[in-house]
Amino acid sequence: MASNYLDFEKPLVELEAKIQELRNFMEMKDIDLTDEIERLKSRTTTLREEIFSQLEPWQVLQIARHPERPVTLDYINLICDDFIELHGDRQFGDDKALIGGIGTIGRMPVTIIGHQKGKTTKDNIERNFGMAHPEGYRKALRLMKQAEKFNRPIVALINTPGAYPGLGAEERGQAEAIAKNMMEMAGIDVPIIVVILGEGGSGGALGIGVGDKVMMLEYTYYSVCSPEACAAILWKDAKEAKAAAKALKITANDLLELGIIDTIVSEPPGGAHKDYNLSAQLLKEEIMKEIEFLQTLSKEELLDNRYNKFRKMGQVKEKVGEIVEK
Amino acid sequence: MLKDFFGKSKYVTVERKSRSRRDKDRIKSNKEENKREMPDDLWTKCKRCKEIIFNKKLSEHLKVCPSCGHHFRLTATERISLLVDDQWFEEYDEELEADNPLDFPKYDSKINKYQKKTGLKDAVVTGIAKISGHKVSLAALDSRFLMGSMNSVVGEKLTLAIERAIEKQLPLIIVAGGGGGARMYEGMFSLMQMAKTSAALKRLDKAGGLFISILTDPTYGGISASFASLGDINIAEPGAKIGFAGPRVIKQTINRDLPEGFQTAEFLLEHGMIDKVVKRSDLKNVLAKILSIHDLRGEDNGE
Repeated sequence: MASNYLDFEKPLVELEAKIQELRNFMEMKDIDLTDEIERLKSRTTTLREEIFSQLEPWQVLQIARHPERPVTLDYINLICDDFIELHGDRQFGDDKALIGGIGTIGRMPVTIIGHQKGKTTKDNIERNFGMAHPEGYRKALRLMKQAEKFNRPIVALINTPGAYPGLGAEERGQAEAIAKNMMEMAGIDVPIIVVILGEGGSGGALGIGVGDKVMMLEYTYYSVCSPEACAAILWKDAKEAKAAAKALKITANDLLELGIIDTIVSEPPGGAHKDYNLSAQLLKEEIMKEIEFLQTLSKEELLDNRYNKFRKMGQVKEKVGEIVEK
Repeated sequence: MLKDFFGKSKYVTVERKSRSRRDKDRIKSNKEENKREMPDDLWTKCKRCKEIIFNKKLSEHLKVCPSCGHHFRLTATERISLLVDDQWFEEYDEELEADNPLDFPKYDSKINKYQKKTGLKDAVVTGIAKISGHKVSLAALDSRFLMGSMNSVVGEKLTLAIERAIEKQLPLIIVAGGGGGARMYEGMFSLMQMAKTSAALKRLDKAGGLFISILTDPTYGGISASFASLGDINIAEPGAKIGFAGPRVIKQTINRDLPEGFQTAEFLLEHGMIDKVVKRSDLKNVLAKILSIHDLRGEDNGE
């Protein structure tokens, strides 16, 4: 039986266990149970589709945080034909929680930056759980400026619970590093594709999140704050996180509807962790399609479109009959 | 002077000046603890040095404690009156108010409550002002309104103020003061205001416009991690608490006490994050000097 499953996947896991049981039985007793097995298999598929088509935001969040979910370097290795990681912000150090480098997708040269989480505890400690320091954001900016110089499109892969809240991070200007990145990304004149791969945690995510196309993988979230923190602050109870996850509108479907993101990238049945190759393939196709389109635009069009995209975000009430002066 | 702030400041939350009648009752019932408290129509107690200050005297001192120099928080209106010439301020976009785009539970009633309490539509006042004869696009946040957090209204009004600065070729001054960061009730709409204001500031930057950011107590989260950190010149008021993550979160994360003076204006100055710590009484003069120096570029700034 699978060791790492989420509570809502239990019926699926049970069905799969039953299928395995029948297979064993078939071998042992030499009875033909193929029909029965096929019937159970198709039931599993239907049930999976059913469960995954009506996930609650809280359940989506569990998939986004799944320990077996592919991380940034998994995607880079599967999407890029070539990739060379580049290190350091040239000022303070190298942040292992926010990586970057140059490579090719097909024959197209790209600069890729992204938060890197680990999968094991040891790995995660090394990667600081994907929570970047200012030097990470500054490295990302250095590499993006370099991309602009060489006219390479940029792919920013987001997967972070948030920017690191620590002493050193404050001393070295976490707020300034994130702010500066957003400001500069608004003016970098090469195509920027932003993808939420798992967790899109607040300012830590947005610090590499200003681009021409913002995509979310199907089972990911993007939020102003973690539902746990929101629940603790607004409901004074972290246990209300499920309600907070719903109220905050953090899923790809909600954010597409609200106009915060542009595209949802499909994941393999059961989530990206069930099939790394397929998930990477689906993402690669979307990235290539978007970059090819963006490359047809002039630099002015590209920057104007990018500005207008973020400029129109937000919703305010205006008195009827009054027009806001622009 | 700076040393004094370092030496004395602890992680106090600066108390708002005006208290409600209910609080007065509470004070009465807690007489033992607050022996020196008095009805504060007349008096205010300094959070830092515990001095009881006659309110009229506090106002005369621009809401700075006459004995220890502690800077009390100002409302947006107080801040604007302090900076502009003879009330020379024309407000813009004052009709914009929050729309509860996510239908977030209880948000409407919160907005109502704070609108009544502050007399403001939301947490920022923007407009065109004259400071020592210099016309500027001015914005001031008000930390009383849902902790000065940024929502669609705040982001939109700031962006319009930035765009006005570009269009009318005026210097831009934003007085930040918000402990709430991006406002949770509007979810990702709030977060995106960080990108929106920062992108607008990039346009101002490209247009060669001057942006002076004034950071006051408190400036945190989505406020500090966007427009407030992006000034050509960043100025902070003495003792102001400024940071990305709140001290409680950091303490929980690193599991030890924070150093004395952490996340104060002086701490930021020492770490190279701001250009200057300026006392409230000097602020207008310093701004006037900066504006004059930039005027010498030979540009007519609309006068």
